[in-house]
Amino acid sequence: MAGNKKKKTSITLPHYMWLSLSIVLAIILWIAVSKSEGGSVMFADPWKVFQALIKKAGNGTLWPHIQISLFRVISGFSIAFAVSIPVAFLMAWYKPFRYLVEPWIQFIRNIPPLAYIPLIVLGSGVGEKSKVIVIFIAAFLTLVITIYQGVLNVDQTLIKAAKVLGANDRDIFFKIIIPASTPYILIGTRLGLSASLTTLIAAELTGASKGLGIMTQQASAMFERDVLLLGIILIGVLGITFEKIVKTLERKLTGWQEKIQ
Amino acid sequence: MAGKDTVKVKIEKVVKKYQGRSGEVVALNGVDLDIRENEFVCVVGPSGCGKSTLLNIIAGLQDATEGRVLVDGKEVEAPGRERGVVFQQYALFPWMTVRKNVEFGLKLQGMKGDELRATADKYIKMVDLEQFANAYPKELSGGMKQRVAIARAYAVNPQVLLMDEPFGALDAQTRTQLQTELIKTWEQEQKTCFFITHDVEEAIILAQRVVIMSARPGRIKEIVEINIPHPRTQETKMTKEFLDLKNYIWAQVYKEYLAIRK
Ligand SMILES: Nc1ncnc2c1ncn2[C@@H]1O[C@H](COP(=O)(O)OP(=O)(O)O)[C@@H](O)[C@H]1O
Ligand SMILES: [Mg+2]
Repeated sequence: MAGNKKKKTSITLPHYMWLSLSIVLAIILWIAVSKSEGGSVMFADPWKVFQALIKKAGNGTLWPHIQISLFRVISGFSIAFAVSIPVAFLMAWYKPFRYLVEPWIQFIRNIPPLAYIPLIVLGSGVGEKSKVIVIFIAAFLTLVITIYQGVLNVDQTLIKAAKVLGANDRDIFFKIIIPASTPYILIGTRLGLSASLTTLIAAELTGASKGLGIMTQQASAMFERDVLLLGIILIGVLGITFEKIVKTLERKLTGWQEKIQ
Repeated sequence: MAGKDTVKVKIEKVVKKYQGRSGEVVALNGVDLDIRENEFVCVVGPSGCGKSTLLNIIAGLQDATEGRVLVDGKEVEAPGRERGVVFQQYALFPWMTVRKNVEFGLKLQGMKGDELRATADKYIKMVDLEQFANAYPKELSGGMKQRVAIARAYAVNPQVLLMDEPFGALDAQTRTQLQTELIKTWEQEQKTCFFITHDVEEAIILAQRVVIMSARPGRIKEIVEINIPHPRTQETKMTKEFLDLKNYIWAQVYKEYLAIRK
């Protein structure tokens, strides 16, 4: 780096200050839009949304939506996580398995879940099962591809180093391969959770009585602009919470990594 | 008890062929070499002449196409603790601290508790890294990383130490420093060493015999005895004896470089 190069940002504020500023600006923009002629049709103002939150939280009609959505995402994702790890390792290590399976994983991964949800509904009905299955598929495909790439990328010299120190295959798997691919497992987790959330909303829209997706849809049908916006914001909050949790895990578990800035 | 002239590692007619994209590559074409107990052998030769391949075969990390390697009369079939390896790329486990890296091989032997701690301490001290025992590899310089790798290899007390250009990625100053440390360590705790380098000076200062390999297909071109007595220091590099050897070996290696280029 050239030493006398000008710094890109001249304003230095702590991170949380930037974040607060950003939120304040967004709320101002939100108010402005909600007061404008065109925008008011779509956007309830922040105060109304806040009131809707208080009301729905108070009378107990909000939590069941969040709860069932969380349940679907977490169960679909957890099963996907548990299945993707052995499949990813098999793909990385066992070439015939990889050649047979990988094309289909790539193929299905490129189909938007909305396209195959009707198929799952046909087989499993509109109940919880079909929603969990759809989320499982979406999360699994993302997880498996990421983790498999990670296992392929494990530095072969580390495996050699472990072997010459007396490690057997079992030691190599648990003490080298797993920790070395942890960064990829976590990236897969982040992408997989995000895919789960996207798919959740799609799955709920095709038929459910409860859930954040269906809450927004019902609100839209009944012109409840405040509840609609509240639902959208809550979905966003859910997404960012997942991301923060995984980021924290990444800091804890993969702090040893050399960072390229 | 094994005497001074006991053969520790016997390399017998080793041939290694690789199936490359553009057909067969003969990396080693009949290599024979006896390494005596506690001898320090350095191998020099142009890159691509099969030095790493030979080391990997001794380590048991690769199979020879023909021929075999015997350690204490027993044929090498797989990696084993009695043969330690130090790699050029350090190969430290990045998610383990210095201490955990050094303890890794010891734990695999079932060592625990105070003994584990004391043994790890001893070798961390040997390479002067006591203050960094709890640091992660990313916090260390290249020279420090390689010291950890040496400590980790020494800790399991191998009888044969195989080193593949361990100082090749280091700057000149760090390299001479680590050479001095390695000489000292070897003078104190003798081991049979097989050390690959492309630095002729490094080979002479460390070795009792320098093996010069010819360009591909790799074979042994000449073995030069280095009769410079120990203790050796960096000053040894200024003596006439050293300089004569250096000129001679360098000329031999250079011929091989030329052989590749044409
Ligand atoms: N896995 C491999 N597959 C094909 N060719 C290889 C492989 N490993 C090494 N070679 C070839 O064998 C020759 C010797 O390689 P190597 O032992 O690494 O040489 P050196 O360590 O002396 O530089 C080189 O020509 C190299 O390209
Ligand atoms: Mg090499």
